[in-house]
Amino acid sequence: MYLSIYDFSSFFQSIDNWLTSTFPEPIATIIVWILIGVSAIAFTALLGLSLVYAERKVAAWFQLRIGPNRVGFQGVLQTVADITKLIMKEPLTPGTSDKFLYNLAPFLMMLAPFIVIGALPYAEGLQVMDLNVGVFFVTAVSSIGVLGILISGYSSNNKYSLIGSMRSGAQVVSYELSAGLAIMVIVVMSGSLQFSEIIEAQRDGWWIFKGHLPVWIAFVVFIIAGTAETNRGPFDLAEAESELTAGFHTEYSGIKFAFFFLAEYVNLFIIVVLATTLFLGGWMPLHIGDWEAFNNIADIIPPIFWFLGKVSALIILIMWFKWTFPRLRIDQLLTLEWKYLLPISLVNIVLAAFIILMGWHF
Amino acid sequence: MEETIISPDGTQEYFINMGPQHPSTHGVLRLVLTLDGEIIEKVEPHLGYIHRSIEKMCEKDNYRQIIHLTDRMDYLSAHMNNHAVSLAIENALEVEIPDRAKYIRVIMDELTRISSHTLWWGVMGMDLGAITSFLYGFRDHEYITEIFEETCGARLTMNYNVPGGVMFDIHPNFVKHVKDFIADFKTKLPEYDTLLSGNVIFLERTKGIGILTKEDAISFGVTGPAGRASGFSNDVRKKEPYGIYDQLDFKEILYTDGDTYSRYKARIDEMWESIKIIEQLIDNIPEGDFQAKTRKVIKLPKGEFYQKVETARGELGVYIVSDGKMNPYRMKFRSPGFSNLSALDRMARGGKIADLVAIMSTLDLVVPDIDR
Amino acid sequence: MSAIGNYFRSIFSGLKTLFQGMAVTGYYFRNARKEIITQQYPDNKDTLRMYDRFRGIVVMPHDENNLHACTGCSACEIACPNGSIEIIAPRVVDPETGKKKKVINQHIYHYSMCTLCNLCILSCPTEAIVMDQTFEHAVYDRSLLTQILNKPGSSLNPNVKE
Ligand code: SF4
Ligand code: SF4
Repeated sequence: MYLSIYDFSSFFQSIDNWLTSTFPEPIATIIVWILIGVSAIAFTALLGLSLVYAERKVAAWFQLRIGPNRVGFQGVLQTVADITKLIMKEPLTPGTSDKFLYNLAPFLMMLAPFIVIGALPYAEGLQVMDLNVGVFFVTAVSSIGVLGILISGYSSNNKYSLIGSMRSGAQVVSYELSAGLAIMVIVVMSGSLQFSEIIEAQRDGWWIFKGHLPVWIAFVVFIIAGTAETNRGPFDLAEAESELTAGFHTEYSGIKFAFFFLAEYVNLFIIVVLATTLFLGGWMPLHIGDWEAFNNIADIIPPIFWFLGKVSALIILIMWFKWTFPRLRIDQLLTLEWKYLLPISLVNIVLAAFIILMGWHF
Repeated sequence: MEETIISPDGTQEYFINMGPQHPSTHGVLRLVLTLDGEIIEKVEPHLGYIHRSIEKMCEKDNYRQIIHLTDRMDYLSAHMNNHAVSLAIENALEVEIPDRAKYIRVIMDELTRISSHTLWWGVMGMDLGAITSFLYGFRDHEYITEIFEETCGARLTMNYNVPGGVMFDIHPNFVKHVKDFIADFKTKLPEYDTLLSGNVIFLERTKGIGILTKEDAISFGVTGPAGRASGFSNDVRKKEPYGIYDQLDFKEILYTDGDTYSRYKARIDEMWESIKIIEQLIDNIPEGDFQAKTRKVIKLPKGEFYQKVETARGELGVYIVSDGKMNPYRMKFRSPGFSNLSALDRMARGGKIADLVAIMSTLDLVVPDIDR
Repeated sequence: MSAIGNYFRSIFSGLKTLFQGMAVTGYYFRNARKEIITQQYPDNKDTLRMYDRFRGIVVMPHDENNLHACTGCSACEIACPNGSIEIIAPRVVDPETGKKKKVINQHIYHYSMCTLCNLCILSCPTEAIVMDQTFEHAVYDRSLLTQILNKPGSSLNPNVKE
C-alpha cells in the first residue's frame, strides 16, 4: 500500500516540463538554479529562525519559565525581531584582528549547511539532488564548518576565542570518526550510499526496528557524536560561556554573529535529518508487521509530516540533553570519544557485517 | 617589555584576564591566569573593583546604623552578618536579649543558609554548563526570599536585626509559610541530587579536582563548608555557640577528601542540617518580647569586642574597637570569602580552565564580601 | 575480565544517572503549565500585591484635611545613616502659648541615597512617616528623586502630641 498522491516528484516534474517548454534550454536551467538557490536560502533562514524559537521555548519549559511571548502570537516573531536587530547592528571588526580571515569565517560557517541542505531528502521527491554518494557527500561537506570555527578563533586575536576554536577543532575531528562509523553500519545494511535507496530499504520497517543490536548501538553513538559535532551542550566547549565567555565568536557582533548563531541551528537540523533518514526511515510511515489497518492509517498521513514529526522528536531530545547535563571537560570529551565511542563503533561495524553475513537481520 | 617565559618543551606561557567581567567570577573579581595551553600555572586574584570602604563608613555611623551596612557585604548571608554585629554590640553592652528574639534570629539564620546554598547550587550547575539547575535553585531561593519579604520587608538586604533583638515581630503567617517551605523543600532536595550530584558528567568534573589538604585549609584560614570538606572542623555554631545553637541537635558536616565534590556535598548536607534545626525551633518559638530595651543612643564601653558567627560561606568575625563614643573607633570584619579566595591558587594549579570554574563555584565567592 | 566488566559497568551506570537526570527535567517539561514560577510582570500589575511590610519608599501620609503628623523633631534626620533626610524646621513663636517651637517647613527626602533600612520610620516619635509598598520609582531625571514629603499647604495635625 502506498499513496502516490503525496509524491512531490510529479509536481516538480511538471514545473520543469513547463520551464523547458517555455524557455530555451540554457535559460530554463538557469531559472531552475535560481529557484533552487532562493528556496535554499529562504528555507535555511526559516529553519534557523524557527529552531531558535523552538529552542527558547523548549528551554523555557524545562526551566519553569514561559519563554518568549511578547512579539507576535506566543512570541513566534521574537526571533525575527532578534535577527532584525542583529542585522541593524554595526558589524564590528576588532582593530588587531586578521581582517580578511575574520570576515571570511562567518561565511565559511554558513556555507557548509547551505550546500548540505540540498542533498538531504525531506519527502518523496522533495530533494534537490539525489546524489548516488549522498551520505558521503553530506558527511564530507558538513565538516567544512569546523574551518569557520578555527578561522574565527585564530583571526579574532582574542585568547578566549583561540582556546574555544582549538577545543572545537579537536572535538569535531574526533567525533566525526565515530559518527562516520555509525553511518557506515547503515550503509552496510542497506548496501547503498544513496539516500533514496536507504529510505527505500526501510519500506518494510525502519532500521532501528529491524537492525538489531548493531543499529541500536550505532543510533546512540550517532546521536552522541552528532551532538558533539554540532558543538551543542553538553559538548559546547567551544563556546562554554562560563569558562570562555562566548568562545570562538566572542568578538563577533551584528550579522556576523547571527551567521554563527544560525549555522549552529542549521547544523543541528542536518544532524537530526541524517539520524532520521538513516535510522528512523526518513519520511517512511511507521509500519508494524501485518497490522493492515494500522499500516493503512499510517500511509494516509503524508510522508512530510512523518518526516517533520521524527525530526522534531529528535530535536527535542537533543535540546533535552543540552538543558539537563553539565558540560564535559576537554580531556573527558576526548576520553569519551577515543576510549568509549570509537572502540564501540569499531566493534559494532564488525558485528553489523557479521549479522548481514549470517542474514540475521530482517 | 616583560620577559617571555619559554617552558622546556618550547611552548610559551600566556596570560588571560578572567574578569572583572566574566560569567563565572560572579561579580567584579579579576583573576589573572597564567596558562600553559589549558593548564593553569598560576592564579592571581586582583581585588578592589567593588571596594566601598564599609569598615571606614562604620566609623562615622552609630551602632544602630552600622548593621544595615553589613547587609551589603555578603548579601546572601545578610541575616548572619546582621546577627554578628548585633551580638557584638549586645555583648559589649551586656544586655540579655529575650528568648523569642534568639529563636527568631536562629531560624532566620538557617533560612538564610538554605537560601544561600540553593542559589549556590543553581550557580554551580550553571558554571558547569547545566543552566537548568540555576532556575531550579532560584525557585527555592525565591520561596525563602518571599518569606523574608513578608516578615522583614525586604528581600535581600533585610536589616532585620537591631541591637537587643529583631526589628519587628514575625509575621502571623511566618510559621505556616516556613513549615510549607520545609515540606516542599524536602521533596526538592532529592531532586538536586538526581539532577547534579549523581550525574556521571558532574562526578567526573568534580571528583578529585581542586584538592585542598587539611593543613592548607588551616593555614589559609579556609572556613565554612569549604574548610570542613577538607576535614578542618571549624563550625562556629559548634565551637563557640552563640544564640541558642548550644541547645540544638545538629551535626557538623565533615568530609576528608577536600576536593570539589566534598565541598559540594558539604553544602548539600548542610541544607539538611539546617532543615533539622528549623524543624526543632519552628514550633517552639517562645512568647514574649522580640526586642530588649536598649537606650536610644548606644554607647559602647571603652574596649575591644569580637564576635564571630558562621555564615553560609564560613566564619565571619566582627571586631569593634570602641573609645566610648557613639560610633566605633575602628571596625574590622574578618570575611570568609577573602580567606577562602586566597586558597584558590593552591587548588587550581595544574588543573584546567574548566576546573578553575568548578573550584571557584564550590568556594561560593561573593565578591562584595571579599572587597567590602 | 574484571577490567572489561568494569568498563561496561561504568558505561551502563553512567547512562543510568544521565537518564535519571533527564527524568527530572522531563518531569518539569511535561508539567510546564503547572510548575511555571515566573510572573508576567507588567500584565499582572492589577493583581500584584506586595506584602504590607514591604519597604518601597518613605512617604508621609496626609489625611483629608491635608494634615500630617510630623513635628519637625529631626529624629529621622539623625537616625538616617545615609543623610537622605533633611529637615528644614525653623523655630517660630506659637501665637497661643508664646513659646518658640519647631515647625516643619520642608521634609526633604533624597530617594537616590536611601537604602530603605527602615531606621527613620522606627525613630519617628509620632509615626509621621511610613514605608509605602509601591516599587516603580524609575524616573528620567535624577533630581526628581529628591522629594518634599510634606505636601504644600499642609500642617501638623493638632491631635498629635509631642
Ligand atoms: S529608610 Fe534608612 S536610608 Fe532611607 S531615609 Fe530612612 S533612615 Fe534614611
Ligand atoms: S518625620 Fe517624624 S522623626 Fe522626622 S522630623 Fe517628622 S516627626 Fe520627627
